[in-house]
Amino acid sequence: MNLTNETAVRVVFYEGADSHPSPPSDVFLAMQSLLTRGFGVTRVTGLGVPPVTTDSRHLVMGRFGDTLPAHAQDTTGCPLRFQEVSGLDANQVVAVAEAFRDEGGPRPAAVWKPWFPVIDYDRCTNCMQCLSFCLFGVYGVDGEKRIEVQNQDNCKTNCPACSRVCPEAAIMFPKYKAGPINGDVVSDSDLNREKMKIDISALLGGDVYSLLRTRSERAKSRFSKERDSDKALLERQKCLTKLAALAGDIPPEVLMSLPSPEEIARRAEQASAKAQAALAGQPT
Amino acid sequence: MNSSRIVFCHCTYAQVVPAEVKEGVLRQLCQSGVAFDAVADLCELSARRDQMLKDIANGGPVRIAACFPRAIKWLFASAGATLPLDTTEVLNMRVQSIDEVTGGLSRDTLQPNLPAGKVTATDHPVSLPTDTSP
Repeated sequence: MNLTNETAVRVVFYEGADSHPSPPSDVFLAMQSLLTRGFGVTRVTGLGVPPVTTDSRHLVMGRFGDTLPAHAQDTTGCPLRFQEVSGLDANQVVAVAEAFRDEGGPRPAAVWKPWFPVIDYDRCTNCMQCLSFCLFGVYGVDGEKRIEVQNQDNCKTNCPACSRVCPEAAIMFPKYKAGPINGDVVSDSDLNREKMKIDISALLGGDVYSLLRTRSERAKSRFSKERDSDKALLERQKCLTKLAALAGDIPPEVLMSLPSPEEIARRAEQASAKAQAALAGQPT
Repeated sequence: MNSSRIVFCHCTYAQVVPAEVKEGVLRQLCQSGVAFDAVADLCELSARRDQMLKDIANGGPVRIAACFPRAIKWLFASAGATLPLDTTEVLNMRVQSIDEVTGGLSRDTLQPNLPAGKVTATDHPVSLPTDTSP
């Protein structure tokens, strides 16, 4: 899901000059409902530091009484829409906000859980293991041959596998359940803990990629006409079961969406070549 | 009254922040009468490289009620927004109580706690608020 092209909408609860304050309980219920539906909400009062100004479309809600202006522009030129909220409950506030948001165009129907790797560059050594490991093309290198997350949309929701191959625990998934993958402080024991690392090479008793290549070549040269797709599928499932048992937290649907052994080998070669090229370009 | 902005993350798209904590913090923020920004989900803003993250990072001292400081630092960075180490404090609703978070948000002095460099548990600064004076 590409989120970068969506027009942001921001709801402002205005309780400054020329308005009457709302009961805090009403503000809380309305804000909670709006946040749950994905809106950003700013509360403006006479107390504290004014919130940041953004280039969003703003819906300004408040108890304005007779002073309610219909439309205006903020200091950045972004349009403002004013809405009287006296007498509206939280559901009605949300309905008004959703109608305002819909004026900006249709939104994707599905709610995307923002799940993608976040690199801690204080820890990252640019070893490219994540790039070599990920079969879904999430990682790439920037113009300075530094590892970066390039295709976060390709990441498989709830799958933290790449963080487990990182020798420095530099890959975070902030919505993961436990540390240090969730961003908690990295302890020395984390770096040594066996479960931090999936030794994917060991899964099939050695280098998984070369083994897959060997199997593929052997199968081709041997009796290509006898290749049994059921048997191949069974073998793949066996490997995936092993991986799931070792990792423990890789969703079954992610494992089952992995490509065929041949495709894994092809992608692994591609990723490895990309990583090698990036490493070769690094200053020594 | 402190002189830093307040940003509250509702972590809408996951259940990793205890519901009672984020609800309690939001409720107390609303009761305090203070101005603040609330975002549905900082991860989502980072994913869309939302301009708001840069505005927050460039907007002066800020206290962010969200999750782990290390995660927040790099979520902003991955969106091209660099949070200043010396003027950013992150309150962690995943591990801190409602009182600890709201105490930190209302404290007079800001206690910057973003990790600087490759810290480990042994040299990580204690981030829990110690001064809860109004």
